[in-house]
Amino acid sequence: MSIDANTACPECLRRSWLTARLGPWIQTVVDDRPGRRTPELLRLESEDLVHAVAAKQADEILTWNGALSEAEMRAALENAECWACCRHHEDFPEGLEDCADAPVALIGRGSGIPLAEIRLGNSVTVVGARKATGYGLEVAASIGREVASAELNVISGMALGIDGAVHRGALERGPTVAVLGCGPDRPYPASHTRLYRQILDRGLAISEVPPGADAWRWSFPARNRIMAALSGMTIVVEAASRSGSLITAEMASDAGRDVGAVPGPVTAGAAAGTNELIASGAALIRGGQDVLDRMLGAGASRPLFGPELEPGESEVLEAVEAGCRTVDEVATRIEAGSDGAAMVLARLEVKGYLKGSAVGTWARTSLAAYPSPGER
Amino acid sequence: MLAETTSFTLDGIAARMVRVEVDVHRGLPNFQIVGLPDAAVREARERVRAAVVNCGFEFPLQRITASLAPADLRKAGPAIDLALATALLGASGELTIAPLAGWSLVGELALDGSVRPVRGALAMAEEARESGRRGVIVPAANGPEAALAEGITVLTIENFTELASLREGEVPGRVAVPAPPAGLEGLPDLADLRGQAHLRTAVEIAAAGGHGLLMIGPPGAGKSLAARRLPSVLPPLAGEEVLEVARIASACGLGNGQVSSARPFRAPHHTVSAAGLVGGGSPPRPGEITLAHRGVLFLDELCEFSRPALEALREPLEAGSVTISRAKGRQTLPSRFTLVAAANPCPCGRGEDDPRCRCSEVSARRYRAALSGALVDRIDLVVAVNQPSAEALAGPAGEGSSAVRERVVLARERMAERLGDGRTNAEAEPQEVVDFEVTAAAAGLLAKAHRSWQLSGRAHGRILRVARTVADLAGATAIGEEHMAAAIQFRRRSVE
Repeated sequence: MSIDANTACPECLRRSWLTARLGPWIQTVVDDRPGRRTPELLRLESEDLVHAVAAKQADEILTWNGALSEAEMRAALENAECWACCRHHEDFPEGLEDCADAPVALIGRGSGIPLAEIRLGNSVTVVGARKATGYGLEVAASIGREVASAELNVISGMALGIDGAVHRGALERGPTVAVLGCGPDRPYPASHTRLYRQILDRGLAISEVPPGADAWRWSFPARNRIMAALSGMTIVVEAASRSGSLITAEMASDAGRDVGAVPGPVTAGAAAGTNELIASGAALIRGGQDVLDRMLGAGASRPLFGPELEPGESEVLEAVEAGCRTVDEVATRIEAGSDGAAMVLARLEVKGYLKGSAVGTWARTSLAAYPSPGER
Repeated sequence: MLAETTSFTLDGIAARMVRVEVDVHRGLPNFQIVGLPDAAVREARERVRAAVVNCGFEFPLQRITASLAPADLRKAGPAIDLALATALLGASGELTIAPLAGWSLVGELALDGSVRPVRGALAMAEEARESGRRGVIVPAANGPEAALAEGITVLTIENFTELASLREGEVPGRVAVPAPPAGLEGLPDLADLRGQAHLRTAVEIAAAGGHGLLMIGPPGAGKSLAARRLPSVLPPLAGEEVLEVARIASACGLGNGQVSSARPFRAPHHTVSAAGLVGGGSPPRPGEITLAHRGVLFLDELCEFSRPALEALREPLEAGSVTISRAKGRQTLPSRFTLVAAANPCPCGRGEDDPRCRCSEVSARRYRAALSGALVDRIDLVVAVNQPSAEALAGPAGEGSSAVRERVVLARERMAERLGDGRTNAEAEPQEVVDFEVTAAAAGLLAKAHRSWQLSGRAHGRILRVARTVADLAGATAIGEEHMAAAIQFRRRSVE
């Protein structure tokens, strides 16, 4: 999808701009319980929303909003290298179409994944606490990695902690989608600027508000409802009780999506929320394979293909599969020089097909060899 | 009467000049030595007395006081004997020692007056030059070594009786002839390593770039054999390096006064203490790493070495020198060596894949923990060594050391052009590593490896240094993809 693609109608775009404009008013209204009340508010029609939150200035705001020209909005999008897509366009993700809570339009940046490709059956949302433990971060990264390896879309919120780990894990194997509370052109939090760039390089950053929009406290529950609706399954990796991630899980289950949680020690406060979710019926997730089992059917995981093999590499791979573990063994088997064999082993390891050990030997990983063009 | 001569004592591997003043005057016959003498120096009284008498000189039956200056420097060893006996005879009037003004004397006296060799003669001759002496008289056995010091006259004597020439006003001794350093002949040859092509490559890279090498494999596969042949493929010591190594060997009493251009090879047993390995004691003495300076330190059975000993190696390995601080003094000793280590894959040595291996998972894990230390992180080349096949053992001998050495010398010349004389890729500074020329394909491969293994900055730099050496051996200007792949392949993986 390119920046100039005309995939949003002006009316839906105006709603995006309106939501951003109403930021401070919505903040005042939902102040005490942003988690529950934000989705209720944002579900309202534009006019009702303005009257609900800013009755005094309602006319003024509605006039301003009505006067926003399409050209003006498109220029803003283009300046920020963003695109937009609304529910009246066929590319709009199916997860948002069938959901009453969902925003009418998405503003996004990046082109790693076609928006239409984000479907319920091939997308997984993984979220969790900002303040995460080492265990949580590790599990989050490995789920991100394994789910991305199976060519499913990994969706998260780019927040500190679990979200960041999920994106990083996914980026090791493929693209990923970040759903932001602020405008999609703003790396938030700032310490994730580099991660944001990497996500844009290979995937997408999306939001319901226009470029430049600020993040408010209510922006996060608003963002969570998008994440929950987008994917077929939402997984909470680590969450204390009363965490925002639990609300995301609740939104997902309200929207009829599957919910999973990663268990933690029963004594750990950081895992109280996820353990609670499991106790109340969420799927127990021990790692990427559990996610794949639920998304793709038990045991029907797709083989994970590695990058394409170059000439000479498949013989070495076969040699290792046949039990050769050292450079000399491989060289003997393929009847080649040891220097050449060593070089190919290094390449295969970099590609992920082999794993080197601390004692200078190699073993095969579970990555399946890429089928040659004839076999595909 | 009063007489003074000068001599030297060893302080670590450095020589320090000692003034020997002897006063003989009337009183009860007595012989006192003052000025921080150690036991060997104090016992010089008995050796000097016997030697003087047995050489036909008269020993003064008077009150003798010998003072060794500077008074606050510890004097150790018997090297002062000769100077002490000479000053004694000068003070008693038996000899006129005026011709010896400006000369220093070094040597241990036997009871019959013959002059025995001492440790550190080379360093002493050099120190004599530095302190502006006219010349130095050394034991005959130390002559060839001491004469390597340029810019100072070195005379040798064999027996104390030669001092009688002072009566004719002549300085005793014959001019010493410097020993031509022995060559690399006679070192064990790499041709003995049959098969093991990968190990040979690793040895060549280690030799060329000065990279650390860790060999892992079952007993008898040829790990020690390969390590012991490393000196024969290293370029011979040149110029100042010969002296540097000879000085250390001489100060530690190694090499029998022979000087060699072969690089030292040290293989301490795994029970060695940290002090034995890096140096220590009081007063501080050089350890194995200093003896291996400019050569090879081989740690066989790496996993059996004590943790403190291995940890102590870290800093000297990075710095190229070691500083030993003790209450009685401080020494900075050189220690630029190539570390070569060998380990078995598990305690029984067979490796977990061998069905005969009975090692429990726990014991194997504990054993391998030694491989995860910070020390091993500084080793650039890790290679698994298999038992050689029967065909390989029966086959022709491998390539000889001299052919390999030629390539190594060529590669080192390329490094010297880039980094300056005598420096290897393993020693390149981070700034110099950044300047290495890398092809786009090679950089891409390294970047991929970096991403998938989350390499540390150090590992990244280490791989580049090894790749540079592989490229230097191949004669390539820029590091190509194949060089980078070879370097990545040798990189140690983390222990799980």
